[in-house]
Amino acid sequence: MSANTTTEHENASRMLDDRDVVFIDGVRTPFGRAGEKGIYHGTRADDLAVKAVRGLLERNPQVPAEKIDEVSLAATTQTGDQGLTIGRTVALLSGIPQSVPGYAIDRMCAGAMTAVTSTAGGIAFGAYDLVIAGGVEHMGNHPMGAGADPNPRFVSERIVDPQALNMGNTAENLHDRFPAITKERADRYAVASQAKLAAAYQNQQIQPDLVSVAAKRPGEGWAVHRVDEPPRPGTTMESLSELRTPFRAHGRVTAGNAAGLNDGATAALLASGQAVRELGLAPKMRLVSFAFAGVAPDVMGYGPVPATEKALAKAGLEIQDIGLFEINEAFAVQVLSFLDYYGIDQEDPRVNRYGGAIAVGHPLASSGVRLMTQLARQFSEDHSVRYGITTMCIGLGMGGTVIWENPNHPDFGSKA
Amino acid sequence: MTAATSQNFSDVAELMRDETVTHSLVSDVLLPSGKVLALLTLDNGLDHGKPTTLGPNGLIELRAALETQAERAKAGAIHALAITGKPHFLIAGADLSAVTRLRSPEQGSAMASLGHHAYDLLADLGVPTFAFVNGLALGGGLEIALACTYRTVSTAAGALGLPEAFLGLIPGWAGVYRLPRLVGPENALKVMIENPLNNNKTLSGPAAYKMGVADALFEPADFIEHSVAFVDGVLNGELEVRRPNAVDPRDPEVARRWLEAADAAQAFVDAKLHGAAPAPSKVLEVFRQGLTLTQPESAQLEIQALTELMGSRQFQNTVYAFFDLVQKRGKRPAGAPDARLARPVTKVGIVGAGLMASQLALLFVRRLNVPVVITDLDQSRIDKGLGYIHGEIDKLHAKDRMSQDAVNRAKALVSGSVSKEGFADADFVIEAVFEELGVKKQVFAEVEAVVSPECVLATNTSSLSVTEMGRDLMHPERLVGFHFFNPVALMPLLEIAATEWTSDTALSTAFVLGKALRKTTVLAQDAAAFVVNRVLLRLLSEVQAAFDEGTDAKTADNALSSMGLPMTPFTLLSMVGLPVAQHVTESLHAAFGDRFAVSQNLQKLIDAKVTSLWVADEQGGQVLNPAAAQVIMQGSNPSSAEQILARVQDALAQEIGLLLSEGVVAEAADVDLCMITGAGWPMHLGGITPYLDQVGASERVNGAKFNN
Repeated sequence: MSANTTTEHENASRMLDDRDVVFIDGVRTPFGRAGEKGIYHGTRADDLAVKAVRGLLERNPQVPAEKIDEVSLAATTQTGDQGLTIGRTVALLSGIPQSVPGYAIDRMCAGAMTAVTSTAGGIAFGAYDLVIAGGVEHMGNHPMGAGADPNPRFVSERIVDPQALNMGNTAENLHDRFPAITKERADRYAVASQAKLAAAYQNQQIQPDLVSVAAKRPGEGWAVHRVDEPPRPGTTMESLSELRTPFRAHGRVTAGNAAGLNDGATAALLASGQAVRELGLAPKMRLVSFAFAGVAPDVMGYGPVPATEKALAKAGLEIQDIGLFEINEAFAVQVLSFLDYYGIDQEDPRVNRYGGAIAVGHPLASSGVRLMTQLARQFSEDHSVRYGITTMCIGLGMGGTVIWENPNHPDFGSKA
Repeated sequence: MTAATSQNFSDVAELMRDETVTHSLVSDVLLPSGKVLALLTLDNGLDHGKPTTLGPNGLIELRAALETQAERAKAGAIHALAITGKPHFLIAGADLSAVTRLRSPEQGSAMASLGHHAYDLLADLGVPTFAFVNGLALGGGLEIALACTYRTVSTAAGALGLPEAFLGLIPGWAGVYRLPRLVGPENALKVMIENPLNNNKTLSGPAAYKMGVADALFEPADFIEHSVAFVDGVLNGELEVRRPNAVDPRDPEVARRWLEAADAAQAFVDAKLHGAAPAPSKVLEVFRQGLTLTQPESAQLEIQALTELMGSRQFQNTVYAFFDLVQKRGKRPAGAPDARLARPVTKVGIVGAGLMASQLALLFVRRLNVPVVITDLDQSRIDKGLGYIHGEIDKLHAKDRMSQDAVNRAKALVSGSVSKEGFADADFVIEAVFEELGVKKQVFAEVEAVVSPECVLATNTSSLSVTEMGRDLMHPERLVGFHFFNPVALMPLLEIAATEWTSDTALSTAFVLGKALRKTTVLAQDAAAFVVNRVLLRLLSEVQAAFDEGTDAKTADNALSSMGLPMTPFTLLSMVGLPVAQHVTESLHAAFGDRFAVSQNLQKLIDAKVTSLWVADEQGGQVLNPAAAQVIMQGSNPSSAEQILARVQDALAQEIGLLLSEGVVAEAADVDLCMITGAGWPMHLGGITPYLDQVGASERVNGAKFNN
């Protein structure tokens, strides 16, 4: 098996152009529930990011830290323990040589995804050969929107409906727009997400890509976390039916069919085709295309649709060519609007095989790399799939989509 | 545990009702292998400005927590236990405020037993135990780690050590037994004897790992995570732990090394202390006996030794000196005005370019990073001064203590001039010229003609009257005494002297500046020689007088050895320089009369250009300098060593009594702080006044003790 794998990797490496962008590896911290009861209460956001970056480097010893060209880390709120240019601070705190630069980046929920696409652009252009891209959000330390000061023109000139600054409201708006997406469907989707994640844990598909994190809550001793805190395995339709709809009386969006408020960090290693050959790396995915697109801020959850359209067009692919979907589950309704658009069944096995953010959590700017890490693992498990996408909706009305190719697929490298 | 000992524990726990308890917080960690690690965190719930220590209540809680885990181990619920600390600390040591409150040998014995009572379970829990030494681990803190089966250490762990001998105790919570077995007798004695007696040196995490104190070394960013992985590796037999320095004392070769190391350490202790403090020799005694004892047998000896030492004056004095003086009073000088009154010092002037002035310039520029101007009478002296300063900066660079940028910055900040015009915009001007009142007054008159009316003026005089220096100034309220000790870079003390005119602004500026220079500051009212030199010179005068009266040099010079002073009187005399000592004595004689006798013999030695009473013979020993023997004239009334010791004790009690009644410093504690930080007098004397109380001198001379 291992000999065979090596051969495939070597084959894949040979197929790469020097300026191809590949995903080498990705890891994340276990995600925690934000707030005083959460496992990371008392832990700094930058320390979480350090654990992810060090864990990533530790399991890729063939990559010399001094050869990294950039450390790009996302955070939605860039103050306090997420301030001071977190890509740079985390690089220094991780013991990466001072000669390696870093920066901070923000595109709300798609922060880590944008860290990947921005550095990917640099690799494709020839500016970088090896980069670390990822994100962190400690929503316990930084409640969503804290410190933000929305421009009054949003309201006076009706640029953004003030309601659209609350993500829960935008999810209720999506239910209005697509009456076919009922609360029952959203809950059923959520139950499945929890069940799929539980199964993935059972099958050891999640644990290998988690770094362990020692954290100390005030007044308590050190604890070492190896698994996510948010999942609620065993969630049923009945248990979900009892939950309040906090954004609207008699609404449809509940804490059960939406991602929670979470703390966590992710980090991924990307490389050029040239670096892959020089260092003998084993690529897990090749980047095919990416796109970001905007929609009305009050239905921000619809963003993945135009973003995916754009990314498919750039790749010259059709939706039928996509064998695996990793779509961020900010809200069940947002995933369902995407699936309905493409006529994909909500129980389609190509979608979120390990469950999604509804179960595992969504520490805003970190989630993009979680999607990629999971897609990469699914690629290695299923060589019959050639293309997969990672996609997510983004606050203030945006979506982002990245299309990836599986190097294990027999046709890998025979570019259309 | 018998009911009787349990009762004793609750007695000492009761003594410390207000203890800041370090809690034992346990959580289970599921290891990747599926095994369970009980992780015990020692945490007092306070931030890292408040070190965790172990007092009786904390130890009782630790014992109880370990008992619970021992039960779980027996039931198969845990496979290992690890002990670690809150960030930056494993444990800073035993709670010494508890130790100083013990009132009876029974309480002392109970406190000593408590450590064993808690730690012994770590060595016998039924499952392997691990210490994750994440930070500071001193004394009882390191002994916790030593009790465990395995240890990991962080590269950032600040200080590891067994400083008990420095404090006046022994590493008697089995450190003295376990460490030599783990790292070898020579290394263990370095940690238990040599380091504590060398300014209480400690080991870094990497150094401790290298010595074999720990089995694994990890970086701090994910230290706990790696340590936990280490546990799993050891439990599963995937990791082999090597201890190349560990020894088995039953091996005759080891036994030989053991005793040889003890002999060498004893010689080191004797040379350093002359029997002035009992603890280091006690460490060695228990260490020697421990060679053939079992750990529980050794524990009995350790408890005995600790009980005995806790009652010793040397231990009580050291605790006072270290915690009350150096750690507290030294950081908040008594009588210093509000720091908010201080004027910023953005440029410094130094009158003089001699050795003292150059040392001052170096200190000011390194600590303040402001322009420093030195002046002298001619350019060649200035060039020599600047040359010295640049040379010292280059040396610091060579030792990696200054970067090239810092070197460039410092050199650019120091300038010299034959004119005092450069002082015009200085905020602080200090003189370090010849010790003669007329010269100093002349200098200040010239300086005052140039500087702003607010500029603070300071004198580094060691024995002249600051008041007299200020008498003819236009602004006498700006003048302070600012007295450093030689070598300036090393000696922590700065005596700050005020005259009747000194303003709060000038005084505050002086104290804030002293702190910025990282000195221990003590406020003295203007009086000849302030504190340290007055006390030292009184001591030297008495010994010199005994010698002049007919005591042979060896008896006179060694009469005070039981005090454990850093050097003998005659060695100190030659180090200060005979002419300087004579000059200061003359000033003190002028100020205080015959208590400070000006020795004719000393003058003869100076005239004969003799610089030391002792010279080395061919074997490296000490013999009387033949040149000295030729000129000195001794009387026929020799004293015994005991007589001289009593005479010096009484003289010191008298002089310090007078100094306090004159109000030179606020309290006896200030005198003690001065002697420790300015003269390097030992902590086991408590500086000096606790010792004078303990030997009865204070009551003999003054009718009362200095301290309660």
